[in-house]
Amino acid sequence: MMKIWSMKKQQKDAEVAAAASGKKKFSAADLRVIKDLEHLSLSDTMELKRELDNYKNFTLAINPDEGMYKGGHFEFAFEIKPTFPYDAPKVRCTQKIYHPNIDLEGNVCLNILREDWKPVLNLNAIFVGVQYLFLEPNASDPLNKEAAEDLKHNREGFKRNVRAAMGGGTVKGESFDRVLK
Amino acid sequence: MAAADVATLHNGSEGPRTRWKYLDRILDRPGPFTDPESFVPGNHETLEIAKVLVIGAGGLGCEVLKNLALSGFKDIHVIDMDTIDVSNLNRQFLFRAADVGKYKAEVAAAFVEKRVKGVKITPYCGKIQDKDEAYYKQFALIVCGLDSIEARRWINSMLVGMVDGNDPDSMKPLIDGGTEGFKGQAKVIFPTMTSCIECQLDMHAPRAAVPLCTLATIPRQPQHCIEWAHIIAWEEERKEMTLDTDDPEHITWLFQKALKRAKEFNIPGVTYSMTQGVVKNIIPAIASTNAIVAASCCNEAFKILTNANPFLGFPETDGYMMYTGDESVYTYTFEYKKKEDCPVCGEDALARPLQIDPEATLQEFVDSLAERPEAQLKTPSIRTTEKSLYIQSAADYERMTRPNLEKKMKDLTAEGEEMLISDKAFPMMFKFVVVWKK
Repeated sequence: MMKIWSMKKQQKDAEVAAAASGKKKFSAADLRVIKDLEHLSLSDTMELKRELDNYKNFTLAINPDEGMYKGGHFEFAFEIKPTFPYDAPKVRCTQKIYHPNIDLEGNVCLNILREDWKPVLNLNAIFVGVQYLFLEPNASDPLNKEAAEDLKHNREGFKRNVRAAMGGGTVKGESFDRVLK
Repeated sequence: MAAADVATLHNGSEGPRTRWKYLDRILDRPGPFTDPESFVPGNHETLEIAKVLVIGAGGLGCEVLKNLALSGFKDIHVIDMDTIDVSNLNRQFLFRAADVGKYKAEVAAAFVEKRVKGVKITPYCGKIQDKDEAYYKQFALIVCGLDSIEARRWINSMLVGMVDGNDPDSMKPLIDGGTEGFKGQAKVIFPTMTSCIECQLDMHAPRAAVPLCTLATIPRQPQHCIEWAHIIAWEEERKEMTLDTDDPEHITWLFQKALKRAKEFNIPGVTYSMTQGVVKNIIPAIASTNAIVAASCCNEAFKILTNANPFLGFPETDGYMMYTGDESVYTYTFEYKKKEDCPVCGEDALARPLQIDPEATLQEFVDSLAERPEAQLKTPSIRTTEKSLYIQSAADYERMTRPNLEKKMKDLTAEGEEMLISDKAFPMMFKFVVVWKK
């Protein structure tokens, strides 16, 4: 042990850390979230809504400027657990929308939120992933089965349904939230 | 040596160290790999006076406590917040059926004390988070047998934060054991010297998850139906209630839901105990894996304190031993490199004292950061654990925090508080401890 310590001495003329004992410290999850939030590169189509001192809960808004969902404004609630980044954040769409990969309760099917999540990924990767769902809705990973069927077999009909749902209309008896900007 | 040889092992009356006859052979003479500079032959005191902490008195903890006591450690402390469950009894051998419901730390301590005379085990039944720096400072080293990443990260950042450059005694070696089924690992961390738990976080494979869409649309296995009930059905129908995986009523509800869904899709095999296993993410614990990993952890503890043989984790040598027994047997030991930008033990993340004039305004402090040659932060964002003082990473936060610029430092923070300073221009963050300039 003493040998290791003398190595440390040589390594660097160590500075004295003032005792912070008793005071609250940043948790490892806090540090990682702050770091991720500091180094975001948000595109013009993304907005982050966050209370100043709350790193654990925030809202990401996606405003697609191309594709079938162009002109919409979609909000996702993020919840960061104390186990972040070991566990992925919990992400939920707060509006009722018509989308093959998002169900009517707001659950989101995105691989990096579940089976492909790794601690090396960061919040930016998730933001980009969520945005991608609006550019390329994916019919082969359905969470809203009807929407996926429509997309697969009747693309024009699907587009019409998207517009109707975004306007707050009804698709096959299900009414949706108005999400137009 | 000759005297030790004639003593019989089983008869305690032969002499006070009869029980330790074989241990003394290692303590009394160097081996071929022993470092002559640090090893003192015949030193029995180190082990006897060393106070060691064992975190966790479960599968690994039982093994670790037994091993340490039988390796000559005399002053052992143990922390565990859990009580004994009947399902623990197959491998947590310090517990008996009559102990079910009692605290693990207490029962384990009493059992080992009874079996190994002369060892003192001090239990604490509670959370590691209940204890502060002063508590952790009293130990020579810490052995962890934990089942959660969260607890590991907590104790890791506590031990890294405790290191004081002027006090060799402030660096506590952390020996971390972990098992999952047939796989396990033992690693030794010298906080701030070698890679820490946070540096290694990327390597912890999160538990295998099934895509949400599979659960929602095409379940193929009974587990898919259970996960569906757990994630989707519960949210839909019992949103107002927080799921308690220890509440039998909750598990029964999930089980019934899963069973119904399994019937719809013609999937056999959903049972109550499977539901419990999936929802609580129970991985079958293998007693022998625990024994292997705990043995390795205790050997390292013994070697670190006695210098009898080279130990795992010496800086710039291998510090991580992985073991897998699920496909034949394989083990590999390697060095996990320290992460330069580790948010916990990275050079800039170690809380350094920062002299601040309590009468200066935040604006003056921000200006000084740009001037300080070692910092040169032109657009810093500054936070304490309590609040954001000045944030420049986004225009609206800058606007919200701008009024703070006129306030005095003494009104924004306090001596001893942690302060985090980041700058978009740099990947790292700087952590300081506020010290008032006299």
